[in-house]
Amino acid sequence: METNIHPESIPDYMESGELRTLQLQRLKATVQRCYDNVALFRQRMDERGLKPADVRSLADVAKLPFTQKTDLRDTYPYGLFAVPMKEVVRLHASSGTTGKPIVVGYTRDDLEVWSSVMLRSFVATGMHAGDVLQNAYGYGLFTGGLGAHYGAERLGATVIPISGGNTERQILVMKDFGVTAICCTPSYFIHLIEKVNAGGISFKELGVKVGVFGAEPWTEAMRAYIQRESGIKAFDIYGLTEIIGPGVGIECCEQAGLHIFEDHFLIEIVDPETGEVLPDGQEGELIITTLTKQAFPMIRYRTHDITSIIPERCACGRTIRRISRIRSRSDDMMIIRGVNVFPSQIEAALLSVEEAVPHYQILLTRKGGLDQIEVQVEVTKEMFGDRISELESIQLRLAQAIDHITGLRVPVRLVEPHTIARSEGKAKRVIDNRNQ
Amino acid sequence: MKLKQLSVFLENRPGHLSRVCEVLAGAGINIVTMTLADTREFGILRLIVREWQRAKEVLEAASFAVNTTDVMAIEVADEPGGLEKILKAAEAGGLSVEYMYAFACKQKKNALIVIRFDNIERASAVLEAAGIGILSAAEFYA
Repeated sequence: METNIHPESIPDYMESGELRTLQLQRLKATVQRCYDNVALFRQRMDERGLKPADVRSLADVAKLPFTQKTDLRDTYPYGLFAVPMKEVVRLHASSGTTGKPIVVGYTRDDLEVWSSVMLRSFVATGMHAGDVLQNAYGYGLFTGGLGAHYGAERLGATVIPISGGNTERQILVMKDFGVTAICCTPSYFIHLIEKVNAGGISFKELGVKVGVFGAEPWTEAMRAYIQRESGIKAFDIYGLTEIIGPGVGIECCEQAGLHIFEDHFLIEIVDPETGEVLPDGQEGELIITTLTKQAFPMIRYRTHDITSIIPERCACGRTIRRISRIRSRSDDMMIIRGVNVFPSQIEAALLSVEEAVPHYQILLTRKGGLDQIEVQVEVTKEMFGDRISELESIQLRLAQAIDHITGLRVPVRLVEPHTIARSEGKAKRVIDNRNQ
Repeated sequence: MKLKQLSVFLENRPGHLSRVCEVLAGAGINIVTMTLADTREFGILRLIVREWQRAKEVLEAASFAVNTTDVMAIEVADEPGGLEKILKAAEAGGLSVEYMYAFACKQKKNALIVIRFDNIERASAVLEAAGIGILSAAEFYA
Protein backbone atom coordinates (compact mmCIF):
# COMPACT_ATOMS: atom_id res chain seq x y z
CA MET A 1 0.00 0.00 0.00
CA GLU A 2 1.33 3.41 -0.90
CA THR A 3 1.93 5.38 2.26
CA ASN A 4 1.25 8.86 0.92
CA ILE A 5 -1.96 8.73 -1.03
CA HIS A 6 -2.64 11.77 -3.19
CA PRO A 7 -5.82 13.40 -1.79
CA GLU A 8 -7.59 13.09 -5.14
CA SER A 9 -6.70 9.40 -5.35
CA ILE A 10 -8.51 8.52 -2.12
CA PRO A 11 -11.51 7.03 -4.01
CA ASP A 12 -9.03 4.51 -5.55
CA TYR A 13 -8.89 2.95 -2.08
CA MET A 14 -12.55 3.22 -1.13
CA GLU A 15 -14.02 0.35 0.82
CA SER A 16 -15.96 -1.86 -1.57
CA GLY A 17 -19.39 -1.59 0.09
CA GLU A 18 -19.08 2.16 0.28
CA LEU A 19 -18.09 2.28 -3.41
CA ARG A 20 -21.09 0.16 -4.47
CA THR A 21 -23.44 2.40 -2.50
CA LEU A 22 -21.97 5.47 -4.18
CA GLN A 23 -22.22 3.82 -7.60
CA LEU A 24 -25.88 2.93 -7.10
CA GLN A 25 -26.77 6.41 -5.96
CA ARG A 26 -24.98 7.90 -8.99
CA LEU A 27 -26.44 5.34 -11.39
CA LYS A 28 -29.98 6.20 -10.29
CA ALA A 29 -29.33 9.90 -10.81
CA THR A 30 -27.78 9.30 -14.24
CA VAL A 31 -30.68 7.13 -15.41
CA GLN A 32 -33.18 9.73 -14.21
CA ARG A 33 -31.28 12.52 -15.95
CA CYS A 34 -31.06 10.61 -19.22
CA TYR A 35 -34.74 9.68 -19.03
CA ASP A 36 -35.67 13.31 -18.51
CA ASN A 37 -33.37 14.81 -21.13
CA VAL A 38 -32.40 12.29 -23.83
CA ALA A 39 -35.27 11.42 -26.17
CA LEU A 40 -33.71 8.26 -27.58
CA PHE A 41 -33.06 6.83 -24.12
CA ARG A 42 -36.57 7.67 -22.90
CA GLN A 43 -38.09 6.05 -25.96
CA ARG A 44 -36.09 2.85 -25.45
CA MET A 45 -37.02 2.73 -21.76
CA ASP A 46 -40.68 3.23 -22.61
CA GLU A 47 -40.54 0.48 -25.24
CA ARG A 48 -39.36 -1.89 -22.52
CA GLY A 49 -41.91 -0.61 -20.03
CA LEU A 50 -39.10 0.61 -17.78
CA LYS A 51 -39.02 3.64 -15.49
CA PRO A 52 -35.93 5.10 -13.80
CA ALA A 53 -37.37 3.90 -10.49
CA ASP A 54 -36.94 0.30 -11.70
CA VAL A 55 -33.22 0.65 -11.05
CA ARG A 56 -33.06 -0.45 -7.40
CA SER A 57 -29.75 -2.27 -7.33
CA LEU A 58 -26.52 -2.21 -9.36
CA ALA A 59 -27.53 -5.52 -10.94
CA ASP A 60 -30.59 -3.78 -12.38
CA VAL A 61 -28.29 -2.02 -14.85
CA ALA A 62 -28.59 -5.20 -16.93
CA LYS A 63 -32.24 -4.32 -17.64
CA LEU A 64 -31.28 -1.06 -19.32
CA PRO A 65 -30.90 -0.73 -23.09
CA PHE A 66 -27.43 -0.65 -24.63
CA THR A 67 -26.10 2.43 -26.40
CA GLN A 68 -24.27 1.73 -29.65
CA LYS A 69 -21.84 3.79 -31.65
CA THR A 70 -24.47 3.96 -34.38
CA ASP A 71 -26.75 5.77 -31.91
CA LEU A 72 -24.18 8.57 -31.79
CA ARG A 73 -24.15 8.80 -35.57
CA ASP A 74 -27.92 8.66 -35.83
CA THR A 75 -28.35 11.53 -33.37
CA TYR A 76 -25.45 13.59 -34.79
CA PRO A 77 -24.41 16.09 -33.62
CA TYR A 78 -26.12 16.82 -30.28
CA GLY A 79 -28.97 14.31 -30.00
CA LEU A 80 -27.59 12.51 -26.93
CA PHE A 81 -26.65 15.64 -24.98
CA ALA A 82 -28.46 15.81 -21.63
CA VAL A 83 -27.96 19.50 -20.84
CA PRO A 84 -28.76 22.70 -22.75
CA MET A 85 -25.91 23.90 -24.97
CA LYS A 86 -25.34 26.93 -22.77
CA GLU A 87 -23.99 24.58 -20.10
CA VAL A 88 -21.62 22.87 -22.53
CA VAL A 89 -18.19 24.49 -22.30
CA ARG A 90 -16.22 22.13 -24.53
CA LEU A 91 -16.76 19.87 -27.50
CA HIS A 92 -14.53 17.05 -28.72
CA ALA A 93 -15.00 14.81 -31.69
CA SER A 94 -13.64 11.50 -32.78
CA SER A 95 -12.94 10.86 -36.40
CA GLY A 96 -15.16 8.01 -37.37
CA THR A 97 -13.65 5.56 -39.85
CA THR A 98 -16.60 6.24 -42.09
CA GLY A 99 -18.68 9.35 -42.59
CA LYS A 100 -19.32 11.95 -39.94
CA PRO A 101 -17.41 12.22 -36.67
CA ILE A 102 -19.04 11.60 -33.32
CA VAL A 103 -19.41 14.68 -31.16
CA VAL A 104 -19.23 14.76 -27.38
CA GLY A 105 -19.71 17.64 -24.94
CA TYR A 106 -18.54 18.56 -21.46
CA THR A 107 -19.93 20.84 -18.79
CA ARG A 108 -17.55 22.62 -16.45
CA ASP A 109 -18.11 19.84 -13.90
CA ASP A 110 -17.40 17.19 -16.54
CA LEU A 111 -14.04 18.82 -17.23
CA GLU A 112 -13.30 18.75 -13.49
CA VAL A 113 -14.06 15.03 -13.37
CA TRP A 114 -11.97 14.40 -16.45
CA SER A 115 -8.90 16.23 -15.20
CA SER A 116 -9.34 14.48 -11.86
CA VAL A 117 -9.39 10.96 -13.33
CA MET A 118 -6.39 11.89 -15.50
CA LEU A 119 -4.58 13.11 -12.39
CA ARG A 120 -5.38 9.82 -10.65
CA SER A 121 -4.11 8.00 -13.75
CA PHE A 122 -0.77 9.81 -13.64
CA VAL A 123 -0.49 9.24 -9.88
CA ALA A 124 -1.04 5.50 -10.42
CA THR A 125 2.00 5.40 -12.74
CA GLY A 126 4.15 6.94 -10.03
CA MET A 127 4.22 10.42 -11.55
CA HIS A 128 4.17 13.40 -9.22
CA ALA A 129 4.27 17.18 -9.13
CA GLY A 130 7.97 17.36 -10.01
CA ASP A 131 7.63 15.54 -13.32
CA VAL A 132 8.13 17.19 -16.70
CA LEU A 133 5.58 15.71 -19.10
CA GLN A 134 6.05 15.82 -22.84
CA ASN A 135 2.47 15.56 -24.03
CA ALA A 136 2.76 14.24 -27.57
CA TYR A 137 -0.90 13.32 -27.87
CA GLY A 138 -2.57 15.40 -30.53
CA TYR A 139 -4.19 18.63 -29.30
CA GLY A 140 -7.47 19.51 -30.88
CA LEU A 141 -10.70 17.65 -31.39
CA PHE A 142 -8.99 14.42 -30.30
CA THR A 143 -9.45 13.94 -26.55
CA GLY A 144 -5.90 12.70 -25.90
CA GLY A 145 -4.03 16.01 -25.93
CA LEU A 146 -6.25 18.19 -23.77
CA GLY A 147 -7.24 15.28 -21.52
CA ALA A 148 -3.64 14.52 -20.57
CA HIS A 149 -2.81 18.22 -20.46
CA TYR A 150 -5.29 19.24 -17.78
CA GLY A 151 -4.75 16.08 -15.72
CA ALA A 152 -1.01 16.65 -15.58
CA GLU A 153 -1.40 20.37 -14.81
CA ARG A 154 -3.81 19.49 -12.02
CA LEU A 155 -1.18 17.13 -10.64
CA GLY A 156 1.31 19.97 -10.70
CA ALA A 157 3.58 18.41 -13.31
CA THR A 158 5.27 20.69 -15.84
CA VAL A 159 3.40 20.13 -19.07
CA ILE A 160 5.03 20.60 -22.46
CA PRO A 161 2.08 20.86 -24.85
CA ILE A 162 4.07 19.78 -27.89
CA SER A 163 1.19 17.80 -29.45
CA GLY A 164 1.83 15.08 -32.02
CA GLY A 165 4.20 15.08 -34.94
CA ASN A 166 7.44 16.90 -35.79
CA THR A 167 9.70 14.12 -34.59
CA GLU A 168 12.89 16.20 -34.77
CA ARG A 169 11.44 18.77 -32.40
CA GLN A 170 10.10 16.05 -30.09
CA ILE A 171 13.62 14.67 -29.75
CA LEU A 172 15.17 18.08 -29.20
CA VAL A 173 12.67 18.82 -26.44
CA MET A 174 13.13 15.40 -24.89
CA LYS A 175 16.89 15.95 -24.73
CA ASP A 176 16.96 19.58 -23.64
CA PHE A 177 13.89 20.19 -21.45
CA GLY A 178 14.55 17.63 -18.73
CA VAL A 179 11.59 15.50 -19.76
CA THR A 180 10.81 12.71 -17.26
CA ALA A 181 7.50 11.46 -18.62
CA ILE A 182 5.85 11.23 -22.02
CA CYS A 183 2.36 10.61 -23.40
CA CYS A 184 1.71 9.41 -26.94
CA THR A 185 0.57 6.36 -28.86
CA PRO A 186 2.81 3.32 -28.34
CA SER A 187 3.56 3.09 -32.06
CA TYR A 188 4.73 6.70 -32.17
CA PHE A 189 6.93 6.13 -29.13
CA ILE A 190 8.66 3.26 -30.94
CA HIS A 191 9.27 5.63 -33.80
CA LEU A 192 10.82 8.11 -31.34
CA ILE A 193 13.09 5.45 -29.83
CA GLU A 194 14.26 4.51 -33.28
CA LYS A 195 14.95 8.12 -34.28
CA VAL A 196 16.81 8.91 -31.05
CA ASN A 197 18.98 5.82 -31.42
CA ALA A 198 19.66 6.63 -35.08
CA GLY A 199 20.93 10.04 -33.97
CA GLY A 200 23.86 8.39 -32.23
CA ILE A 201 22.73 8.47 -28.59
CA SER A 202 20.92 5.75 -26.72
CA PHE A 203 17.38 6.52 -25.61
CA LYS A 204 18.38 5.15 -22.21
CA GLU A 205 20.71 8.10 -21.67
CA LEU A 206 17.73 10.47 -21.70
CA GLY A 207 15.95 11.25 -18.45
CA VAL A 208 12.57 9.84 -19.47
CA LYS A 209 11.32 7.38 -16.83
CA VAL A 210 7.61 6.95 -17.50
CA GLY A 211 5.53 6.58 -20.64
CA VAL A 212 1.74 6.67 -20.63
CA PHE A 213 0.57 5.09 -23.84
CA GLY A 214 -2.90 4.68 -25.22
CA ALA A 215 -5.36 5.43 -28.00
CA GLU A 216 -4.57 2.15 -29.76
CA PRO A 217 -4.34 -1.46 -28.63
CA TRP A 218 -0.85 -2.76 -27.90
CA THR A 219 0.44 -6.02 -26.59
CA GLU A 220 2.50 -7.22 -23.65
CA ALA A 221 5.22 -8.10 -26.18
CA MET A 222 5.22 -4.50 -27.37
CA ARG A 223 5.60 -3.32 -23.77
CA ALA A 224 8.58 -5.63 -23.27
CA TYR A 225 10.15 -4.22 -26.44
CA ILE A 226 9.55 -0.59 -25.41
CA GLN A 227 10.89 -1.08 -21.89
CA ARG A 228 13.94 -2.97 -23.11
CA GLU A 229 14.81 -0.50 -25.86
CA SER A 230 14.10 2.74 -24.01
CA GLY A 231 14.67 1.94 -20.34
CA ILE A 232 11.38 3.62 -19.36
CA LYS A 233 8.44 2.05 -17.56
CA ALA A 234 5.52 1.85 -19.99
CA PHE A 235 1.90 2.13 -18.81
CA ASP A 236 -1.28 1.41 -20.68
CA ILE A 237 -4.03 4.00 -20.31
CA TYR A 238 -7.59 3.32 -21.34
CA GLY A 239 -10.35 5.59 -22.44
CA LEU A 240 -12.63 6.45 -25.26
CA THR A 241 -14.13 9.65 -26.55
CA GLU A 242 -17.69 8.40 -26.09
CA ILE A 243 -17.11 7.93 -22.35
CA ILE A 244 -14.82 10.86 -21.47
CA GLY A 245 -11.53 10.40 -23.35
CA PRO A 246 -8.38 9.00 -21.72
CA GLY A 247 -8.63 8.40 -17.97
CA VAL A 248 -11.31 5.71 -17.79
CA GLY A 249 -8.65 3.30 -16.58
CA ILE A 250 -4.90 3.04 -16.03
CA GLU A 251 -2.26 0.54 -15.06
CA CYS A 252 -0.61 1.03 -11.69
CA CYS A 253 3.02 0.21 -10.92
CA GLU A 254 2.11 -3.50 -10.74
CA GLN A 255 1.38 -3.39 -14.49
CA ALA A 256 -1.14 -6.17 -14.00
CA GLY A 257 -4.36 -4.91 -15.52
CA LEU A 258 -6.00 -1.50 -15.73
CA HIS A 259 -7.76 -0.01 -12.72
CA ILE A 260 -11.10 1.50 -13.71
CA PHE A 261 -12.15 4.64 -11.86
CA GLU A 262 -15.31 2.94 -10.67
CA ASP A 263 -16.63 5.92 -8.76
CA HIS A 264 -17.19 7.53 -12.19
CA PHE A 265 -17.59 4.55 -14.53
CA LEU A 266 -19.70 1.44 -14.00
CA ILE A 267 -18.32 -1.57 -15.87
CA GLU A 268 -19.89 -4.82 -17.02
CA ILE A 269 -18.67 -7.61 -19.27
CA VAL A 270 -21.20 -9.11 -21.66
CA ASP A 271 -21.23 -11.81 -24.27
CA PRO A 272 -20.70 -9.83 -27.49
CA GLU A 273 -23.15 -12.06 -29.37
CA THR A 274 -26.04 -12.31 -26.92
CA GLY A 275 -25.48 -9.23 -24.77
CA GLU A 276 -25.84 -11.38 -21.66
CA VAL A 277 -23.87 -10.24 -18.60
CA LEU A 278 -20.90 -12.49 -17.82
CA PRO A 279 -19.36 -13.15 -14.40
CA ASP A 280 -16.09 -11.54 -13.29
CA GLY A 281 -13.04 -13.21 -14.76
CA GLN A 282 -14.77 -14.23 -17.95
CA GLU A 283 -13.76 -12.58 -21.20
CA GLY A 284 -16.28 -10.58 -23.18
CA GLU A 285 -17.17 -7.11 -24.37
CA LEU A 286 -16.68 -4.22 -21.98
CA ILE A 287 -19.81 -2.15 -21.32
CA ILE A 288 -19.47 1.22 -19.61
CA THR A 289 -22.06 3.42 -17.94
CA THR A 290 -20.94 6.87 -16.87
CA LEU A 291 -21.93 7.74 -13.30
CA THR A 292 -21.18 11.45 -13.09
CA LYS A 293 -21.14 12.84 -16.63
CA GLN A 294 -23.58 15.72 -17.10
CA ALA A 295 -23.41 16.88 -20.72
CA PHE A 296 -22.93 13.53 -22.39
CA PRO A 297 -23.95 10.68 -20.09
CA MET A 298 -23.71 7.17 -21.49
CA ILE A 299 -25.86 4.26 -20.45
CA ARG A 300 -24.39 0.80 -21.15
CA TYR A 301 -22.13 1.89 -23.97
CA ARG A 302 -20.87 -0.99 -26.09
CA THR A 303 -17.14 -0.40 -26.37
CA HIS A 304 -16.40 -3.40 -28.62
CA ASP A 305 -13.28 -3.85 -26.51
CA ILE A 306 -12.68 -7.44 -25.48
CA THR A 307 -11.41 -7.90 -21.92
CA SER A 308 -12.36 -9.37 -18.54
CA ILE A 309 -12.82 -7.99 -15.03
CA ILE A 310 -10.10 -9.04 -12.60
CA PRO A 311 -11.98 -9.44 -9.30
CA GLU A 312 -8.89 -9.97 -7.10
CA ARG A 313 -7.52 -7.09 -5.07
CA CYS A 314 -4.43 -5.52 -6.67
CA ALA A 315 -1.12 -5.67 -4.82
CA CYS A 316 -0.86 -1.87 -5.11
CA GLY A 317 -3.63 -1.55 -2.50
CA ARG A 318 -6.22 0.08 -4.74
CA THR A 319 -9.68 -1.34 -4.23
CA ILE A 320 -11.13 -0.19 -7.53
CA ARG A 321 -11.26 -3.21 -9.80
CA ARG A 322 -9.11 -3.87 -12.83
CA ILE A 323 -9.79 -5.09 -16.33
CA SER A 324 -7.18 -7.10 -18.19
CA ARG A 325 -5.40 -5.25 -20.98
CA ILE A 326 -7.66 -4.90 -23.99
CA ARG A 327 -6.89 -7.98 -26.05
CA SER A 328 -8.63 -6.67 -29.08
CA ARG A 329 -11.55 -4.72 -30.37
CA SER A 330 -14.32 -6.91 -31.65
CA ASP A 331 -14.63 -4.68 -34.71
CA ASP A 332 -10.90 -5.14 -35.53
CA MET A 333 -11.48 -8.82 -36.01
CA MET A 334 -10.51 -10.18 -39.39
CA ILE A 335 -12.02 -13.38 -40.69
CA ILE A 336 -9.42 -15.14 -42.79
CA ARG A 337 -10.45 -18.42 -44.43
CA GLY A 338 -13.08 -18.78 -41.74
CA VAL A 339 -10.69 -18.19 -38.83
CA ASN A 340 -11.09 -15.19 -36.54
CA VAL A 341 -7.83 -13.26 -36.32
CA PHE A 342 -7.02 -10.09 -34.37
CA PRO A 343 -4.17 -7.73 -35.31
CA SER A 344 -2.95 -8.03 -31.70
CA GLN A 345 -2.39 -11.76 -32.22
CA ILE A 346 -0.23 -11.06 -35.25
CA GLU A 347 1.74 -8.48 -33.26
CA ALA A 348 2.30 -10.86 -30.35
CA ALA A 349 3.45 -13.56 -32.78
CA LEU A 350 5.90 -11.29 -34.59
CA LEU A 351 7.40 -9.94 -31.38
CA SER A 352 7.91 -13.45 -30.06
CA VAL A 353 10.67 -13.78 -32.66
CA GLU A 354 13.70 -12.24 -31.04
CA GLU A 355 15.13 -10.24 -33.92
CA ALA A 356 11.83 -8.74 -35.04
CA VAL A 357 10.97 -5.08 -34.60
CA PRO A 358 7.44 -3.84 -34.20
CA HIS A 359 7.21 -2.31 -37.65
CA TYR A 360 4.69 -4.42 -39.43
CA GLN A 361 1.57 -4.15 -41.49
CA ILE A 362 -1.22 -6.53 -42.31
CA LEU A 363 -2.40 -6.42 -45.90
CA LEU A 364 -5.79 -7.83 -46.81
CA THR A 365 -6.76 -8.45 -50.40
CA ARG A 366 -9.36 -10.53 -52.18
CA LYS A 367 -8.52 -12.99 -54.90
CA GLY A 368 -11.14 -15.12 -56.60
CA GLY A 369 -13.66 -14.31 -53.86
CA LEU A 370 -11.26 -15.47 -51.11
CA ASP A 371 -9.72 -13.23 -48.51
CA GLN A 372 -5.93 -13.16 -48.67
CA ILE A 373 -3.67 -11.96 -45.91
CA GLU A 374 -0.03 -10.98 -46.03
CA VAL A 375 2.06 -9.72 -43.15
CA GLN A 376 4.85 -7.32 -44.03
CA VAL A 377 7.75 -7.01 -41.61
CA GLU A 378 10.63 -4.60 -41.88
CA VAL A 379 14.09 -6.10 -42.03
CA THR A 380 16.74 -4.87 -39.63
CA LYS A 381 20.43 -5.52 -39.81
CA GLU A 382 20.10 -7.76 -36.77
CA MET A 383 18.15 -10.21 -38.91
CA PHE A 384 20.95 -11.16 -41.27
CA GLY A 385 24.67 -11.06 -41.94
CA ASP A 386 25.39 -11.74 -45.56
CA ARG A 387 23.40 -14.87 -46.30
CA ILE A 388 19.96 -15.41 -47.80
CA SER A 389 19.46 -18.46 -45.61
CA GLU A 390 19.44 -16.28 -42.48
CA LEU A 391 16.58 -14.22 -43.89
CA GLU A 392 14.70 -17.30 -45.02
CA SER A 393 15.03 -18.70 -41.54
CA ILE A 394 13.61 -15.50 -39.97
CA GLN A 395 10.78 -15.50 -42.49
CA LEU A 396 9.98 -19.09 -41.59
CA ARG A 397 10.13 -18.46 -37.85
CA LEU A 398 7.80 -15.44 -38.19
CA ALA A 399 5.31 -17.49 -40.20
CA GLN A 400 5.52 -20.35 -37.69
CA ALA A 401 4.91 -17.96 -34.80
CA ILE A 402 1.77 -16.62 -36.52
CA ASP A 403 0.64 -20.16 -37.28
CA HIS A 404 1.24 -21.12 -33.66
CA ILE A 405 -0.94 -18.29 -32.31
CA THR A 406 -3.67 -18.02 -34.96
CA GLY A 407 -3.64 -21.47 -36.53
CA LEU A 408 -3.26 -19.88 -39.93
CA ARG A 409 -0.51 -20.16 -42.49
CA VAL A 410 0.12 -16.53 -43.32
CA PRO A 411 2.73 -15.46 -45.85
CA VAL A 412 5.30 -13.10 -44.35
CA ARG A 413 7.01 -10.65 -46.66
CA LEU A 414 10.26 -9.04 -45.60
CA VAL A 415 10.44 -5.41 -46.63
CA GLU A 416 13.18 -2.79 -46.50
CA PRO A 417 13.53 -0.61 -43.39
CA HIS A 418 11.30 2.48 -43.16
CA THR A 419 9.00 1.38 -45.96
CA ILE A 420 6.02 0.94 -43.64
CA ALA A 421 4.51 4.34 -42.93
CA ARG A 422 5.16 5.69 -39.42
CA SER A 423 2.17 7.18 -37.71
CA GLU A 424 2.28 10.20 -35.46
CA GLY A 425 -1.08 9.26 -34.03
CA LYS A 426 -2.84 5.93 -34.18
CA ALA A 427 -0.89 3.35 -36.15
CA LYS A 428 -2.59 1.90 -39.18
CA ARG A 429 -1.78 -1.79 -38.83
CA VAL A 430 -4.28 -3.22 -41.26
CA ILE A 431 -4.50 -2.15 -44.88
CA ASP A 432 -7.72 -3.54 -46.24
CA ASN A 433 -7.83 -3.61 -50.03
CA ARG A 434 -10.49 -6.29 -50.19
CA ASN A 435 -13.07 -4.04 -51.75
CA GLN A 436 -10.86 -2.42 -54.34
CA MET B 1 44.26 -9.94 -45.57
CA LYS B 2 40.61 -9.41 -44.78
CA LEU B 3 38.41 -7.14 -46.83
CA LYS B 4 35.16 -5.63 -45.60
CA GLN B 5 32.16 -6.59 -47.67
CA LEU B 6 28.88 -4.75 -47.25
CA SER B 7 25.62 -6.71 -47.40
CA VAL B 8 22.49 -4.76 -48.20
CA PHE B 9 18.96 -6.12 -47.91
CA LEU B 10 16.87 -5.41 -51.02
CA GLU B 11 13.34 -6.19 -51.94
CA ASN B 12 13.23 -7.91 -55.28
CA ARG B 13 11.42 -5.11 -57.09
CA PRO B 14 12.27 -2.87 -59.98
CA GLY B 15 14.31 0.16 -59.00
CA HIS B 16 15.62 -1.08 -55.68
CA LEU B 17 19.07 -2.07 -56.93
CA SER B 18 19.54 1.13 -58.86
CA ARG B 19 18.62 3.08 -55.74
CA VAL B 20 21.69 1.63 -53.95
CA CYS B 21 23.89 2.58 -56.89
CA GLU B 22 22.37 6.05 -56.91
CA VAL B 23 23.09 6.58 -53.20
CA LEU B 24 26.70 5.43 -53.59
CA ALA B 25 27.25 7.46 -56.75
CA GLY B 26 25.81 10.49 -55.00
CA ALA B 27 28.46 10.11 -52.31
CA GLY B 28 31.19 9.67 -54.91
CA ILE B 29 31.79 6.06 -53.93
CA ASN B 30 32.97 3.64 -56.60
CA ILE B 31 31.89 0.02 -56.48
CA VAL B 32 34.93 -2.24 -56.87
CA THR B 33 32.85 -5.35 -57.27
CA MET B 34 29.50 -6.76 -56.25
CA THR B 35 27.25 -9.76 -56.45
CA LEU B 36 23.55 -10.25 -55.84
CA ALA B 37 22.07 -13.28 -54.10
CA ASP B 38 18.35 -13.37 -54.45
CA THR B 39 15.10 -15.21 -54.00
CA ARG B 40 11.78 -14.43 -55.64
CA GLU B 41 10.95 -11.83 -52.98
CA PHE B 42 14.20 -10.38 -51.76
CA GLY B 43 17.93 -10.37 -52.17
CA ILE B 44 21.20 -9.47 -50.54
CA LEU B 45 23.51 -7.24 -52.47
CA ARG B 46 27.13 -7.87 -51.52
CA LEU B 47 29.42 -4.99 -52.29
CA ILE B 48 33.08 -4.23 -52.07
CA VAL B 49 33.99 -0.56 -51.99
CA ARG B 50 37.11 1.16 -50.81
CA GLU B 51 35.41 3.56 -48.36
CA TRP B 52 33.24 0.96 -46.73
CA GLN B 53 32.53 2.90 -43.52
CA ARG B 54 31.24 5.88 -45.44
CA ALA B 55 29.31 3.70 -47.84
CA LYS B 56 27.64 2.02 -44.85
CA GLU B 57 26.79 5.41 -43.38
CA VAL B 58 25.23 6.81 -46.53
CA LEU B 59 23.28 3.63 -47.19
CA GLU B 60 21.99 3.51 -43.63
CA ALA B 61 21.07 7.17 -43.84
CA ALA B 62 19.06 6.23 -46.92
CA SER B 63 17.23 3.63 -44.75
CA PHE B 64 18.93 0.48 -46.03
CA ALA B 65 19.72 -2.40 -43.67
CA VAL B 66 23.49 -2.89 -44.05
CA ASN B 67 25.88 -5.40 -42.51
CA THR B 68 29.60 -6.00 -42.88
CA THR B 69 31.36 -9.32 -43.32
CA ASP B 70 35.02 -10.18 -43.62
CA VAL B 71 35.97 -11.76 -46.92
CA MET B 72 39.21 -12.53 -48.67
CA ALA B 73 40.46 -11.51 -52.09
CA ILE B 74 42.75 -13.92 -53.83
CA GLU B 75 44.54 -13.67 -57.12
CA VAL B 76 43.94 -16.70 -59.30
CA ALA B 77 46.32 -17.71 -62.04
CA ASP B 78 44.50 -17.33 -65.35
CA GLU B 79 45.18 -20.90 -66.45
CA PRO B 80 43.61 -24.35 -66.12
CA GLY B 81 43.74 -25.56 -62.52
CA GLY B 82 44.26 -22.05 -61.12
CA LEU B 83 41.17 -22.08 -58.94
CA GLU B 84 41.44 -25.77 -58.22
CA LYS B 85 44.77 -25.26 -56.50
CA ILE B 86 43.20 -22.78 -54.09
CA LEU B 87 40.13 -24.86 -53.38
CA LYS B 88 42.20 -27.99 -52.80
CA ALA B 89 44.34 -26.14 -50.26
CA ALA B 90 41.22 -24.85 -48.52
CA GLU B 91 39.66 -28.30 -48.47
CA ALA B 92 42.81 -29.86 -47.07
CA GLY B 93 42.75 -27.23 -44.34
CA GLY B 94 39.15 -28.13 -43.42
CA LEU B 95 37.73 -24.86 -44.71
CA SER B 96 34.47 -24.47 -46.49
CA VAL B 97 33.50 -21.83 -48.99
CA GLU B 98 30.23 -20.08 -48.23
CA TYR B 99 30.22 -18.28 -51.58
CA MET B 100 32.61 -16.65 -54.01
CA TYR B 101 32.58 -14.27 -56.91
CA ALA B 102 35.19 -13.38 -59.47
CA PHE B 103 36.09 -10.21 -61.25
CA ALA B 104 38.77 -8.82 -63.48
CA CYS B 105 40.99 -5.91 -62.68
CA LYS B 106 42.93 -3.67 -65.06
CA GLN B 107 46.13 -3.69 -63.04
CA LYS B 108 46.34 -7.47 -62.73
CA LYS B 109 46.71 -9.91 -65.50
CA ASN B 110 45.14 -12.63 -63.38
CA ALA B 111 41.54 -12.95 -62.26
CA LEU B 112 40.60 -11.95 -58.76
CA ILE B 113 38.14 -13.84 -56.62
CA VAL B 114 36.42 -12.78 -53.46
CA ILE B 115 35.81 -15.74 -51.16
CA ARG B 116 33.76 -15.91 -48.02
CA PHE B 117 35.15 -18.78 -45.92
CA ASP B 118 33.32 -20.17 -42.92
CA ASN B 119 36.37 -19.37 -40.79
CA ILE B 120 38.39 -16.48 -42.10
CA GLU B 121 41.08 -16.61 -39.41
CA ARG B 122 41.94 -20.17 -40.22
CA ALA B 123 41.61 -19.46 -43.93
CA SER B 124 44.42 -16.91 -43.81
CA ALA B 125 46.73 -19.35 -42.07
CA VAL B 126 45.85 -22.28 -44.29
CA LEU B 127 46.22 -20.42 -47.57
CA GLU B 128 49.42 -18.70 -46.57
CA ALA B 129 50.91 -22.02 -45.54
CA ALA B 130 49.95 -23.37 -48.97
CA GLY B 131 51.75 -20.44 -50.60
CA ILE B 132 48.59 -18.91 -52.04
CA GLY B 133 48.73 -15.17 -52.55
CA ILE B 134 46.10 -13.27 -50.61
CA LEU B 135 45.80 -9.71 -51.74
CA SER B 136 46.47 -6.90 -49.31
CA ALA B 137 44.02 -4.02 -49.24
CA ALA B 138 46.59 -1.81 -50.96
CA GLU B 139 46.97 -4.27 -53.81
CA PHE B 140 43.27 -4.88 -54.01
CA TYR B 141 42.21 -1.27 -54.29
CA ALA B 142 45.19 -0.30 -56.45
